[in-house]
Order: sequence, then C-alpha cells, then structure tokens
Amino acid sequence: MTVQTSLATGDPVAAVPAPEIPVQASRGYWGSVLRRLVRDPVAMAAAFVILCIVLAAIFAPLIAPMDPFKGSMVRRLRHVGDATYWLGSDELGRDMLTRLLYAGRLSLFMGVLPVVIAFFVGSGLGILAGYAGGWVNTLIMRVVDVFFAFPSVLLAIALSGALGAGILNSIVSLTVVFVPQITRVAESVTVQIRNRDYVEAARVSGANPFTVVRVQVLGNVLGPVFVYATSLISVSMILASGLSFLGLGVKPPEPEWGLMLNTLRTAIYVNPVVAALPGVMIFLTSISFNLLSDGLRSAMEVRQ
Amino acid sequence: MTDLDPRDRGGPAQPLLTVDGLVKHFAGKGGLFGKGPAVRAVDGVDFSVMKGETLGVVGESGCGKSTTARLLMQINRQDRGDIVFDGELLGSRALDLKAYRRQVQMVFQDSYASLNPRLTVEESVAFGPKAHGLSSAAALARAHDLLRRVGLEPRRFGGRYPHEVSGGQRQRVNIARALALEPRLLILDEAVSALDKSVEAQVLNLLTDLKNEFGLTYIFISHDLNVVRFMSDRVMVMYLGRVAEIGPADAILSTPRHPYTAALLASQPSTDPDARLEEAPLTGDPPNPINPPPGCRFHTRCQFAAEVCRTREPGLDPVAPAHAAACHMAVAGSGHPKAPAVPMAA
Amino acid sequence: MNAPLRTSDTATSDALIEVRDLTVDFLGGRKAVRAVGGVDFTIRAGEALALLGESGSGKSVTLRALMRLLPESRTRIGGHLRVDGHDVLTLRPKALSAYRGGTVAMIFQDPGLALDPVYRIGDQIAEAVMRHEGVSRAAGRARALELFERVHIPSPARRLDAYPHEMSGGMRQRAMIALALACRPKVLLADEPTTALDATVQIQILLLLRELQRDLGLAVIFVTHDVGVAVQVADRVAVMYGGHLVEVGASGAVVGTPAHPYTRGLLASRITPDSPKGVRLATIPGSPPDLADPPPGCPFEPRCGLVVPSCREGLPARVAVGPGHAARCVRLGEAAPS
Repeated sequence: MTVQTSLATGDPVAAVPAPEIPVQASRGYWGSVLRRLVRDPVAMAAAFVILCIVLAAIFAPLIAPMDPFKGSMVRRLRHVGDATYWLGSDELGRDMLTRLLYAGRLSLFMGVLPVVIAFFVGSGLGILAGYAGGWVNTLIMRVVDVFFAFPSVLLAIALSGALGAGILNSIVSLTVVFVPQITRVAESVTVQIRNRDYVEAARVSGANPFTVVRVQVLGNVLGPVFVYATSLISVSMILASGLSFLGLGVKPPEPEWGLMLNTLRTAIYVNPVVAALPGVMIFLTSISFNLLSDGLRSAMEVRQ
Repeated sequence: MTDLDPRDRGGPAQPLLTVDGLVKHFAGKGGLFGKGPAVRAVDGVDFSVMKGETLGVVGESGCGKSTTARLLMQINRQDRGDIVFDGELLGSRALDLKAYRRQVQMVFQDSYASLNPRLTVEESVAFGPKAHGLSSAAALARAHDLLRRVGLEPRRFGGRYPHEVSGGQRQRVNIARALALEPRLLILDEAVSALDKSVEAQVLNLLTDLKNEFGLTYIFISHDLNVVRFMSDRVMVMYLGRVAEIGPADAILSTPRHPYTAALLASQPSTDPDARLEEAPLTGDPPNPINPPPGCRFHTRCQFAAEVCRTREPGLDPVAPAHAAACHMAVAGSGHPKAPAVPMAA
Repeated sequence: MNAPLRTSDTATSDALIEVRDLTVDFLGGRKAVRAVGGVDFTIRAGEALALLGESGSGKSVTLRALMRLLPESRTRIGGHLRVDGHDVLTLRPKALSAYRGGTVAMIFQDPGLALDPVYRIGDQIAEAVMRHEGVSRAAGRARALELFERVHIPSPARRLDAYPHEMSGGMRQRAMIALALACRPKVLLADEPTTALDATVQIQILLLLRELQRDLGLAVIFVTHDVGVAVQVADRVAVMYGGHLVEVGASGAVVGTPAHPYTRGLLASRITPDSPKGVRLATIPGSPPDLADPPPGCPFEPRCGLVVPSCREGLPARVAVGPGHAARCVRLGEAAPS
C-alpha cells in the first residue's frame, strides 16, 4: 500500500500538482510502537499497576505506616480492615501493609534482575550463534539444548540448592535458567533476519560482520527478544518467590512476597485473607507484566 | 562511453565480467536422515559482459538466473568456475572480495525486504560508504546526492522509513544504495518486476539515465521478455541451470534459434484481442532442477525433440555472428560435446 | 472462440451478477480507508470480465466482497450485490456457506490459500462434493477424477492421491481450479491466478480458464494487473483506479481506443515488442493515491496531464464513449498529450 497523494492538503486548487509526497514528520519505528502501545487500554492499565507497585516499593520507607520488622505478640493475625493494621497483621504481629510494600523491593529486584542479565547474555549468545552459523551455532545451541532438558523450576531449585540459600545465589540460578531460553529466541530471530535481502545487501557492500550485525541485525532482533524477556519477568518473580518459599532464597525476617506466603501458610485456616495477600501481589504483578508484554508484542507487530 | 573510468584496466575490448564454467549445486532436503539429491541450480554457465553494455537474462523459475546473480554477488560461493572481473580473477591477489564487491552491486526484486525497516532511507544508503571508511557526514552527503539523482528529494525523503514511501520510491532507494559504492557493474535481479506497470516505466527510464550518467554496465534479469528486449544490448536465455541461447537482443527476439526462446516469446500475452492464442506454445511445467533430463535439457517439452536430443547434450555453438544457441537444430552436423571455453564477444 | 460481445450494461434482467454502488471501507485504523468507492457492473452468464488495476486499486477487494471474504469486524460493505438471485450482503451463515462454492467459487494467486497441505488433493475435492451435494465418498472421488480430467491434469487417477507440495506450480493451479469447480458454481472469481507463474505456464492456465468458461458457461471475473492477460482471458475489461471503476468496455475497445487518461497512460507506458529501443518510455508521473486520504474529485486527478478545475469537484460521471464502452472523465474525447 502506498503512502501518498500529491494534493497539497488544505489547498485543493493548488496549481500544478507535484507528483510527490507531502512533507510529513517521520515518526520512527519505536515512536509508532509507543503510540500504538499508548492506545492499548489493557497494556496501559497493566503499565499503571506496575508503575504503582514499583513506586510503592521505592518509596516504602516514606509511605509505610509502621516498621516492617517490629512485631507484637498480642496483635497477631489481625483481620483486614483493622483500625491500626489496615491490611491485617502477620503471624508475628507485623503490619501486613508495611511488609507488603517493603517486600515489593526484593521481589521486583529478584524478578527483574535475572531477566535483565539473561537478556544481555542470551541475546549476545543467540545473535552470535544465529549470525555465525556453522559449528559456532552447533556448539552454542547444543549446550542450550542441555539446559532445556530440565524443567525450569527444577533447574532453579537444583542450582539454588547447590549454591546455597541467599539472594545472590538465587539471582545467579535464575539467570542461568533464563539465559538458554532467551538464547534460543534470539538465535531463531537472528537466523530469520540474516537471510533478509537487506542484510545480504549490507554484507555484499563489503562491511565487516560486526558493522552489519550492529547496524542491520541488532535493532531487528532485540525488539522481539525484549518482548519475550518481559514475559519472563513474571516467571522470574514466581520462581524467585518459590525459591524463597522453599527457604532457598531470601531469609527471614527480610520481607519478600514468596517468603511471606511461606511463613503465613500456617495461618491459612485462622486468617485466610491475610495469608493470601502476598500471593495476590505476586499474581497482580506477574499478570501485569504479562499483559504489558502482550501489548508490546502486538504494538510491535503492526507494520504501518 | 565508459572508457573514462580510471579504474578501467584492459580497455574497452576486454570484457568487464567473464564467467567461466560456473556451477552451483544446493544440497537437497532429504528424508529424516542425510541429504537428498542436489538441486543443480547453476550447472555450467559461461558468458561475458562487455563494458558499458546491458546483458539481459531471461528464463523461468528454476532456470538458475537468480542463483547466477547471487553467485556473481558472492552471496553464495560457486562450487566450480571462475569469475574474472576486468581481466583479474576474483580471489587472486589483484582482486580480493572486498575490492570486487565495491565494483559490483545488486538491486533485489523485493523493494521492501531489501531495506532495513529500522533504518531511515538515508541511513540505508549511507551504510555502505560508511562501512568503507567514509565519515558519517561524508557518507550522509553522498547519500543525499544519490537520492537526488534517483529522483528523491533528500530533505523530504531522507528521514523516512521504508514503510513510509511507495514501492517505486523504495526501489529508487535500493538503486541509490547500490550506487553508493560507485560500482561499475550493477546486477538488477527482477528489479522492476514487483512494481506497478505505471511505475515500472519510470524506474526503467531512471535506470537508462543512470547508466549513461555513471557509465555503468548492467546485468538485467527479468522474466518479462519485452522489458529485457527494451533494456538490453544482448540477451542470455537460461533453462534449467544452463544457457540455452545468447546473442544480440534484436536477433534473439526476432529470429530465435532455440525452440525454448521461441516458445517463451510466443507465450507473452498479446494485447490484441484478435491475436489471442488458441494453443499454448509449451505444455507442462519446467522440470525440476534436481533431476534434469539427460541429453538436451529441453527435450521433454520440445516439439522438435529427436533421438539425438535425448542422448547427447548440445553445446552452446555459434549460429550467427555473436549469437550462440545450445540446440542440435541450430548447428549443422551437431557433434560438439562441450560448450566452447571462450565466450562470445560482441 | 470469441463469444459474441455482451455490451449490455443497462439491461439488468438477465444479469447473473449485478453490482450497484459497491463501497468497501476498512475500519480499525485511525481513519477508515475507502478501498472501493462505488463500483457498478453487471455480468451475464457465460461472460468473462477482467478487472484491471494496480496494487491498491480495489480490484481484489471488489472480488472478495462478492464472496463476502472480507473480515466482517473490520470492514463495512455498502451498496447492492446480487448474484444469481442471492442478495449477497444479507445472506445468513448457512446460506452463505452454500453460496460460497455452490454459486460462486474463487481461485487465488497462491494455491496454498485453497489447498490444505496435509490432505490429499483428491480427498479435498471429494470432501467438498460430499458436503455440498450430500453424495457418497465414492461419488465424490468419481467427481474429483472427472474434474482432474476436465482441467487436463496428466495421469489424473494417480495425481488424486498427491499432496499439494508434491505437484509443480502449474499443476497445483489446475488442482485448485478443479477444487473450485467441485460444486458446479456458476461464477468463477479469479484473483491474479497466473501472476506467480512462468510465462509458458501462465498461458496454459489462461487457455484452460477460457475453455472452462466456454464449455461450462461460467461467468468469470478475472482480476489482473496485466493488460495482456486481461485481453487473453476476458471479453470485457473494467479498469480500476483508486477504488473506482474508471473505464469499462469490450477488451478490443478499451485497449484499442482507450478513453480515460489513466488507461491511455497505462497502455502508453507498456513496453511492447514494437517499442523502439533507446527511446524514453512514456510514464504516468507520481504514484497511486493514498486511500486513507483520497483526492476530493477524480482519483486520477493528481497524476493527470489534462486536469481542469472541475476535475476536483467530485467523481466524474460515467460517460458512454461507444457501444458498451464508458469512462469516468470530464475531458473525454480530447486528445491526450503523448
């Protein structure tokens, strides 16, 4: 479909019509993606939720009504809607609202950081494998295949278990889980892009491979990989929570949603609503990331 | 008209490009294990292109014309055969790949697929010069100059993305991009085939102008015989990976010596309602290049096929001045087992 | 085989296909795009009409509207479509399903759109026959064999058991035509079915379509961008530009004495075996209009060399320039600068 008319807009009786396109501001690819994303109400709602959670986590010390570590044995397991504990209190009498706000810091950190690291490492490996082809590809992709032989939950638990509990080790093990997945996506996208005419045209221009990859390949590969990576954030958060729940991630009394879910499970019959709250937060955050990533993908797919 | 080029080595009498015994077989897709039979995409092709001329290449799908273009661009490497550019063998010390590619460029058929959707028009054109060491500013200046020469006002079009310009304009950008390295030989692989007819004529006119302005040599690949005749000095007809006929454009298209050329000509739909065809010149589809027929490759569809055609493959033999055909009918006492090593020269 | 020329555009009584003021708008973008802006034509049984136009002219959209193949949620179709007594735009799902295939069948540029890659072609045809006519599988297979013979597929009995990918391009095209004919339609819609084919194969398919049209009395609408193909296959040619039908007439008249400046320009820029070499080709400047922002008057006005102010005041009326030959241009009869 062509994009033009020669009529000077606003002046239908313009003299000799020049058979050209009227000057129009070019918006650029990412500009148009952003424009489409903004018009997607679901993605925008998800982005708003994520923004609120992130801001709440960052400014937790300012907005949290109480101290996250200070409990009270007499005020344990208050119900939601309590006059002092708006969202109730946990099994040690700590304010749930405060702890939920603070927990967002670690949970988001452990959800996002492994994906960010894996995004860079996996994209690099995948692009290398896809563009170089041949034995380089075989080497990288066969190693990746080995990781795919294990379910990601099992792999994360096994790695964390081997490395020992702790935040750093959890992040390392989660990163190792995600690198192969991102590598595989990056490789398959790169292989597609590499055979496009414009990449071949760039190759036959005599440019060296690094220049070709940097200018012609990178922008086209990172977009789809980025979308995939955002969808992994929710997985990462759930896995991180799972590790904490099993005692392999964050250690008490540090607030973290997965860990809170773990420690509150004893109270599930006494005060099920409060016990479920960390789970609600995990659910809310991960589904928001998923919806945002869906919106991003459809915004990036449209060509014109 | 081209002998002012300072890069010229052998003078106007030396062909700009000579291709000798070019062979490319692609490994076929087999069953679960191993590889199937090879696709004999290009199976022994010789020709040469004189300085400043346009060599038209025609043929149907599977004839090897696009593979030939890709071999000439070295997107794929040939299995056998030599490419000699202005007297220097490609791959020799005097002509390495980078130096060769600077002098030979290509315009692809799909104007959209051959432009990076993430780069603006001017960035795409400036990419080559920049990669060859020009500063960003100088490369951009050259891009603007070339865009102007292909009829696109750089201030208006330079900052646009490929989807923001029409098909004809995109192909102009591709032409500018190919010219950005100042090549001497331009390969046009179905470069106008995807364009609307009313736009095709504009681009053909542009190609003619650019050829005169820059002293270019063209290899013009198309399935449209009329367009090839209009653009070319000489025409090469390919069939199943081999040259069926090569010679001056007018001679080939007025008095074709190969029955396949004649059939191709007769298959062009005429715009005269009273000259509608009542019978197809050829039956069946072009055979699969995986398993080309023995003897003359065309004999399975040729109405003149005789015993000798089924057993012996005809060589590409001269039938008139500068005109050669690979047909037993065209050569008296046809007994040439192989194509002549020295290609036809005008 | 030249069938007697049907030049009736006024007599609608015996029209098999009657299209009145057809408009198609694509919704969903920021602005509705009017792909077809009011097209009228009629076709009798046994007549072949070529819709000639460039990309974006609305020719394929018109064809798809006739079969209601456009996505309903994103398009708005206006006007009046009557095919063999059916009011196409009001057909209910069940009637629509019978109409598709039974009254009107379609063939495409890419046989992959019609042929399912995982079923044998013979089974696909038999399936269609069984579904539409309620006959046994054996009868369906027999009909499939008959159709394969009809479209001149060599060794038809063996080819019935082939999968689409096992056939060459021309054979697949023939198989798709056989599938389209399975339920004895009265109208065959062809959307550039030969564009992707080689010249020597294209002419075979064109001849086959002409033969089928003549022998089965089919009405054919053949969409193409190639003047030569249009003349080969059709008695009448309708030229589309920017969503409008700008000229219609017998193919000899449209090609021989084109009336609309666009048709004239299109024919003048065409390279023929007689085009003198080394002479610049006549061209139409510019590119086709943006359908989201069309010119206010004649769609060709921005590229036309004969523009007068009234060209911008609305779509020119349809003017008869000969028997059954009409064009939409305010300056008909004046010489084109060539």
